[in-house]
Amino acid sequence: MKFAVIVFPGSNCDVDMYHAAKDELGEEAEYVWHDATSLEGFDAVLLPGGFSFGDYLRTGAIARFSPIMNEVVKAAQARKPILGVCNGFQVLLEAGLLPGAMRRNESLKFICRPVNLAVKNNETMFTSFYNQDEVIQIPIAHGEGNYYCDAATLASLKENNQIVFTYEGTNPNGSIEDIAGIINKDGNVLGMMPHPERAVDPLLGGADGLKLFKSIVKQWRETYAVKA
Amino acid sequence: MYKVKVYVTLRESVLDPQGTAVKKSLDTMGYQAVEDVRIGKFMELTIEKTDRDVEEVVKEMCERLLSNPVIEDYRYEIEESVVL
Repeated sequence: MKFAVIVFPGSNCDVDMYHAAKDELGEEAEYVWHDATSLEGFDAVLLPGGFSFGDYLRTGAIARFSPIMNEVVKAAQARKPILGVCNGFQVLLEAGLLPGAMRRNESLKFICRPVNLAVKNNETMFTSFYNQDEVIQIPIAHGEGNYYCDAATLASLKENNQIVFTYEGTNPNGSIEDIAGIINKDGNVLGMMPHPERAVDPLLGGADGLKLFKSIVKQWRETYAVKA
Repeated sequence: MYKVKVYVTLRESVLDPQGTAVKKSLDTMGYQAVEDVRIGKFMELTIEKTDRDVEEVVKEMCERLLSNPVIEDYRYEIEESVVL
């Protein structure tokens, strides 16, 4: 399986994403610069965290118009797995691939620490290795992770089981319904504020994020591997 | 040429954590008469005349990039500037 790690000017978790896919999963991975115009040959897309374009205007607002995003939209339509973490999540929201928007954290502070998450939907291609309602520990690092959507969108997210991760215990940023990660209706675009790529090895303080990446590979193998 | 002023603010229905913090601070300073503070963005654009209606173009830019319609409202003022 071949992962594309999209790199915008100001991305800073691209190396961690690459490490997760290449070294931890043992799959193929390549960096793709934001002004590239093709994602041919890639099976999945990883949008890393960071501060694309300096977070100017709004987080993700400028990155969303990078040439590569046309290809990311096409990959999403082709039902390829797309994972956006932190700034990657913000880019997916701005691009309209996921509903809602981000506000500044309620505390106005940049928060960088491990948090507990509850897996609210383990029937996605990103979460099949987790148990339903399993509590996992993944680090967050953001100043704008206060997820917001209107009442109609929230109702639709719930109805379609699109809330994948919620903060367990304390909500660090004030997000609506403690939302930490959501998936699109088709089930192939996941956006989340916590960083699973920073939790793929006990050396990093925990490996709870690794199952997320493993789930992607499992689903891909089950779909595409030739059945004997 | 047109001089365009664009104002972007969080929607009334969306809590503004920055505005709330500033309001609290003003309150502590003794300005208890302040009922509400909303923080927004102000942008000045200089736009060349083209075949397209400038207002239509400004609206389009506001909706596509300058504001996020999910959480923000925008308004604008368009002034035609005379080039001497």
